[in-house]
Amino acid sequence: MDVFAYLVAAWVFLAGCYGLATSRNLIHAVGCLSVCQSATYVLLLAVGYRDRATAPVFSDLKPGARPVVDPVVQALALTDVVVGATVTALLLALVVQVSKRHGTVDPDELSELRG
Amino acid sequence: MHHLLPLLVAVPLLGAALLAAAGRRVPRAAAESAGCAVSAATAALAVVLLLGSSPPQAEWVGGWVPVGGESVGIVLVGDGPGLGMAALASALTLAALVYSWHYFDEPPRGHSGSFPALLLLFQAGMCGFAIAGDLFNAFVWFELMSVVAYALTGHRVEEARAVQGALTFGVVNSLGAYAMLMGIGLLYARTGELGMTRIGQELDAHGPPDALVLAGFVLVLTGLLVKGAAVPFHFWLPDAHAVAPTPVCMLLSGVMVELGAFGVWRVHDTVFSGPGGLPAADVERALVALGVLTAVVGAVMCWYQRHIKRLLAYSTVAHMGLFLTGIGTLTPEADDGVALYILGHAGVKAALFACTGILLDRYGSVDEHALYGRARRLRGVAVLFVAGGLGLAGLPPFGTALGKSVTEEAVGGPLTVLYVLASAVTAGAVLRVAARVFPGLGPRPEEGDVYETTGSGEEPETRQRLSRVPDTMTAIPAVLLAGSLAVGVVPGFGGAVGHAVQEAGTGGLVHVSVHWTAPGVLLGLASTALALALAAVAVSRPRLLAAPDRALPLRRLQSGHVGDYVAWLLVGTTLLGALALPGILGS
Repeated sequence: MDVFAYLVAAWVFLAGCYGLATSRNLIHAVGCLSVCQSATYVLLLAVGYRDRATAPVFSDLKPGARPVVDPVVQALALTDVVVGATVTALLLALVVQVSKRHGTVDPDELSELRG
Repeated sequence: MHHLLPLLVAVPLLGAALLAAAGRRVPRAAAESAGCAVSAATAALAVVLLLGSSPPQAEWVGGWVPVGGESVGIVLVGDGPGLGMAALASALTLAALVYSWHYFDEPPRGHSGSFPALLLLFQAGMCGFAIAGDLFNAFVWFELMSVVAYALTGHRVEEARAVQGALTFGVVNSLGAYAMLMGIGLLYARTGELGMTRIGQELDAHGPPDALVLAGFVLVLTGLLVKGAAVPFHFWLPDAHAVAPTPVCMLLSGVMVELGAFGVWRVHDTVFSGPGGLPAADVERALVALGVLTAVVGAVMCWYQRHIKRLLAYSTVAHMGLFLTGIGTLTPEADDGVALYILGHAGVKAALFACTGILLDRYGSVDEHALYGRARRLRGVAVLFVAGGLGLAGLPPFGTALGKSVTEEAVGGPLTVLYVLASAVTAGAVLRVAARVFPGLGPRPEEGDVYETTGSGEEPETRQRLSRVPDTMTAIPAVLLAGSLAVGVVPGFGGAVGHAVQEAGTGGLVHVSVHWTAPGVLLGLASTALALALAAVAVSRPRLLAAPDRALPLRRLQSGHVGDYVAWLLVGTTLLGALALPGILGS
């Protein structure tokens, strides 16, 4: 179980990279970038996981009564989600502009910059 | 005093928010003045903090101080290198804001505050990254600065090239940042800490490095090297620099890319340099190999460009290779040299971009061939451009020359040749452009092959083509060049920089030997002479040094295809891992 979550994170990251490298559509590419980012969520939550632990919410729980999962990584994952939303929104806006100016969203047909 | 550290980030963020909110109602001049004032105030604050940064201090934001050695708070580090980078970033932001004073197209009604607000956000991101003392916040600031940089690169959304370059920039850099976050997660899993110093201590306590430490090292460095444009992570940089508005280019080339090298230094020094990190020999092998590759590829590609902004972008790549090589030798003397080199280079490169911006707005082109002999009347700009080219070559007493000579002395041996050649070739290309564009020397250049970005047909960034160059646009490059000169000339400046760098790096053991030496001056003069000779041959006998067919495969790698760049990023990560692998096999 321990190693499994880390393997999933690595797999998701590499799958996203494969999608990015072979993408034929920029919207798909931005989606693949989000897939890569999902790998970081999986990794962070796996790092904080504890066996038989509960959520770190102490409103109905006396501190020290039960083991809780690591709240730090959850804070990191939340921040990560916010960062990811910003990046995805901005990149999609750029894709809209690419589609307007180039008339295509296929990266193979964008040939303005090279050499 | 160090309680003021968070203001370095808070002031520009607040200024940006106010400008974005009030920018709808205030006239353009008011919005731009407010942007300049906030940026200048932050720069002044950074300088004041820098002067009081010995000994280095840390600030736990919001009073979340460590309890029993364990910390969950956000820590900001006020040491010489961090505050120095923050001061450099602030000074260049101010320069960019003044340069763009009434410079762009009239912004759409109700958006006069948006460009200054974006620049202030960029400044906040760069300052935050420079003073971040824990890895996760370094990642957050890294992403903030990257996202703003994508938006600024694609600021002219009506242009096909600009949006393509910005998108490539965004995808590649964000992927690098996610790799960095994976690495941070792995290091947290091992140590339970996020503060860089604490991670280093915990790694040392855990024993010799294993595969997890190697993976963390490789992933964190991937993000930083993407930002630092090391080959093969560099492909986004020329595409982004060629299309970004000129004031943004000044910031991207002058300081943002260098922050990648700074990050490599900071992370290695505080996290991986102990016995629990990676052995010095393996880190040195990895960084020097990538640095040499970067310098060679950057210099060769720089020589074959005709799009002036792309040419300057590749020269930045080549210089990043030199910085990485210096950092990679892991000696305190080389760190001093690289710090000075970065300061000198920032002034020179920003000044060259500023001059290119004048050409673009006056003649509507940044193509070396199309501009042949057209800028005869811009004598002042010609002088500045040539001075910038000579500074790039490392002509004493520019700051670049001092930094280069100190670094050369520290790295020693065959790597000295690399420093001389890379700076000579990139400066030679700049001087070649100057000779053709301003006085129109040599025969008219022939139309080359088709596989290149030419740089004709660029839209000027001003409302109409300039008939007269505004004073702010010529004053800024002059001031920047003077700053670069001051780095090398002001007595005691080099020593102070060296002292600050070593105090932060070695934890108290300071032995500074930064001064001009006879071999250093001679090597600087040699690379300047070589640059002049290369430029002279290229202008008078164009065929002799024109791109041979052998160079075409290298140029085809820069395909402009985002998928290719992602594949290269993965190759680079693998390469980095392979180069550092022996470090964990032996232990």
